Amino acid sequence: MTDKILSTGSEWTFDLIADYDREIGNLARDYKLDTYPNQIEMISAEQMIDAYASTGMPINYTHWSFGKRFVSVEKSYQRGHMGLAYELVINSNPCVSYLMEENTMTMQALVIAHACYGHNSFFKSNYLFKMWTSADAIIDYLMFAKHYISECEERHGIVAVESILDACHALMNYGVDRYKHPAPLSLQEEKIRQQNRENYLQSEVNELWRTVPKSKNLAETKQTQQFPAEPQENILYFIEKHAPLLAPWQREIVRIVRKIAQYFYPQKQTKVMNEGWACFWHYRLLHDLYDAKLVTDEFMLEFLQTHTSVIAQPAYNSPHFSGLNPYTLGYHMMQDIRRIAENPTEEDKRWFPQHANTDWLPTLDTAMRCYKDESFIAQFLSPKLIRDLKLFHMLDDERHPSLHIGAIHNEEGYQRIREALSSQYNLSHNEPDIQVFLVDVNGSRDLTLHHTQYQNMPLHPHTTNEVLKHLHTLWQFPVNLKSLTSDGQTVTEFHCPPK
Amino acid sequence: MTQFIDRRSTRHKGTVNRRRFMLRYQDHLKKAVFDAVGKRSITGIDQGEQVIIPKKDIAEPMFQHTTGGMRHIVLPGNDQYITGDKIERPEQQNGQGSGAGDPSNEGEGSDDFIFELTREEFLEYYFDGLELPDLVKKELAQINTFKTIRAGYSTTGIPTNINVQRSMRQALGRKMAVNALFKRRLEAAEQNYLYLKTIDSDRLTLEQALNEIELIKKKIVTVPFIDTIDLRYNNRIKIPAPATNAVMFCVMDVSGSMDEIKKDIAKRFFILLYLFLKRSYSKIELIFIRHHTSAKEVSEQDFFYSRETGGTVVSSALELLHQTIETRYNPSAWNVYVAQASDGDNWNADTPHCTDLLRQKIIPLVQYFSYIEIMPRHHQSLWEGYAQLAAQHPNFAMQNIDQISDIYPVFRELFKRKTA
Repeated sequence: MTDKILSTGSEWTFDLIADYDREIGNLARDYKLDTYPNQIEMISAEQMIDAYASTGMPINYTHWSFGKRFVSVEKSYQRGHMGLAYELVINSNPCVSYLMEENTMTMQALVIAHACYGHNSFFKSNYLFKMWTSADAIIDYLMFAKHYISECEERHGIVAVESILDACHALMNYGVDRYKHPAPLSLQEEKIRQQNRENYLQSEVNELWRTVPKSKNLAETKQTQQFPAEPQENILYFIEKHAPLLAPWQREIVRIVRKIAQYFYPQKQTKVMNEGWACFWHYRLLHDLYDAKLVTDEFMLEFLQTHTSVIAQPAYNSPHFSGLNPYTLGYHMMQDIRRIAENPTEEDKRWFPQHANTDWLPTLDTAMRCYKDESFIAQFLSPKLIRDLKLFHMLDDERHPSLHIGAIHNEEGYQRIREALSSQYNLSHNEPDIQVFLVDVNGSRDLTLHHTQYQNMPLHPHTTNEVLKHLHTLWQFPVNLKSLTSDGQTVTEFHCPPK
Repeated sequence: MTQFIDRRSTRHKGTVNRRRFMLRYQDHLKKAVFDAVGKRSITGIDQGEQVIIPKKDIAEPMFQHTTGGMRHIVLPGNDQYITGDKIERPEQQNGQGSGAGDPSNEGEGSDDFIFELTREEFLEYYFDGLELPDLVKKELAQINTFKTIRAGYSTTGIPTNINVQRSMRQALGRKMAVNALFKRRLEAAEQNYLYLKTIDSDRLTLEQALNEIELIKKKIVTVPFIDTIDLRYNNRIKIPAPATNAVMFCVMDVSGSMDEIKKDIAKRFFILLYLFLKRSYSKIELIFIRHHTSAKEVSEQDFFYSRETGGTVVSSALELLHQTIETRYNPSAWNVYVAQASDGDNWNADTPHCTDLLRQKIIPLVQYFSYIEIMPRHHQSLWEGYAQLAAQHPNFAMQNIDQISDIYPVFRELFKRKTA
């Protein structure tokens, strides 16, 4: 019986990793997990810190802020303030996962199950990733971006490139199309298009800012039209296309930052689901290894200890509390869906009539494919889980002197908690809603943005002014930001340069 | 099919971004380095340094909400609340409010960013662009120390250098070569003898043949066991070795007119020179000479912190300096640097003596002589005397320091890279 065991002890070798990967891969196929081919890369802790610091991309362009992050991650790692992420996985085809050389064999197996089969299948099948990212092209595109930016640095100097990048990073959250789909990317096309684009873009901009009127009629019609005709949510896109004085290479850099922001957008929207899915599968797959007598008891104990600490959720009043742990929430929801499908209680049958007593695998698969965090929670957060996690809803309204408990884990509270939690994962509620509203095309070329307050939440005045400075770097004419209440009353105004 | 790639070899990728960060904040780093020097003792100076950068300077701002408005928050681990409870609003600092996570780069938290400079980076900033004059010349052209190293074997030499093993090997070879000829001839002679015997030659012929054999045997015996041409000697050659030792003389006036502030300025200056030399030389000795009317070699502690009073005779220190170089630091083996700090006070009649001493005896022996005068007001006779020297000798430099902030610029001025 023991001769089937893959390995004992904590040392790993590439042969052993290949053995584990084969076994885990076989099990994953039995569960019909649809994955990209895997590419597993072994790196050192320092390289992990580095990749981590460069927004998790292996071949990102060079920027001081990544250096800053590198320094602080390295420091807290060395002082033992934090363990490193055990793994890093990239939504690409083939799916690149990084293993850290310092880890034990158990940890490597855990990461293989978690990243190479869990995250990998999520990347391939979730609708947001399918719709918004092109896994085939991302590595090539990053190569293109890296080369392009270093070329720009040679040609125009590090300082000039850095100031554009700084400005773009400040607006990165506003470089995302939420409704319009981007076209897929590919390296060759991108290079050719980039050449054409420089010329085309510049001609477009010139057209907009033409000061010599073509004819009287045209000039008149233009004056009556507001520009942009509708508010624009993608500020970086707007800058790329319409900023009056940017050089073509600067527009291209804006575009690069924008494309990368777009690529990461689905990850921000599916944090809970993605981690929950991966945790569910590493738990399932490693237990199957154990059931098949392929791993030892020691292996399982080490794995379970790590698993438990990954999905630990400190209570709201614990000194370790730092928000809801997406691993915990996601993992428990995924397990819960299986439970509801297999062994529903009367309560479950009332709440989930369409999922109770179904085949759990297709049910879970559908949940993974067709939702994002917000809708996933709204659909699948069960009363049982609310009770298990002892979730409660609190209302913080500045008009009242005290905080108000809106709902707790009881019959009246479930639905309210579910709604509140779902909206907590709605990105457009967390990030201030700021859009390009108006450009004074024929006069001062002022750019005006509108911030529409959500639930009266004000903008942070200092950072807002700082971001406007960055925006001014790009636009190069006065920039204004009006903060409006939801019914259109102006609350505050920000100006750069200050008025 | 899974592909495995071992990428562990390509290390230190993060350093590129780290460099970028340092480039961007070099003003902060340089200032921190400069401040740090004042706090360290001369020999303890070359360590890394923690640089604190205010958070506001490295912030990466984003549009974000601040406190206020209305928020719905869901929290885990309810242990006491029921619907309708009212809780006092906690202090804004650590309110559990922002559970939905906007980890602010900015906002209220004001922890400063701490950057660790390594020892190398610390010194790099310190000596950015500086170079001691003629350092290269001294190191590459004016090499006047040598060391002997073994360099194979030679056919000539003195008896003490005979290499026995090599010599015997030569002898053996020679003997085998010479004997080979005789042995062939001996063989031929013996065969001839046997042949003559078989055909019953007369006695005379046989005797001749035997004599022939004897003769050849003798010749074999007389081949010398060892010959002069066999001798091999260990060969040693001299190669030029650049002196890697430096001695640095700190000369300071400790007369009553030098107060604590002036001494502190002088100390910083000496530290700078020490650090700078440390980059170029593997071993540096520090000699401290203090003087008022007479000069004395002292320890670092005494040098900076003991108090003296009295008049000033600079030449006393210069004489001691010269004597020490002559007796202990032969300039062919040592690179000699002198840094003198003074407030410019000197007994008037002594100044001509000082300049003579420097011109004729000291300057020819030293790599570099730097003089700083810590004096906010007008210069006295010593300055004028030295000024003439500075004009004539490129390895003599002098500068005036008014206050503490002048040190670094003056140091740069003294040691700045000479173009061409």
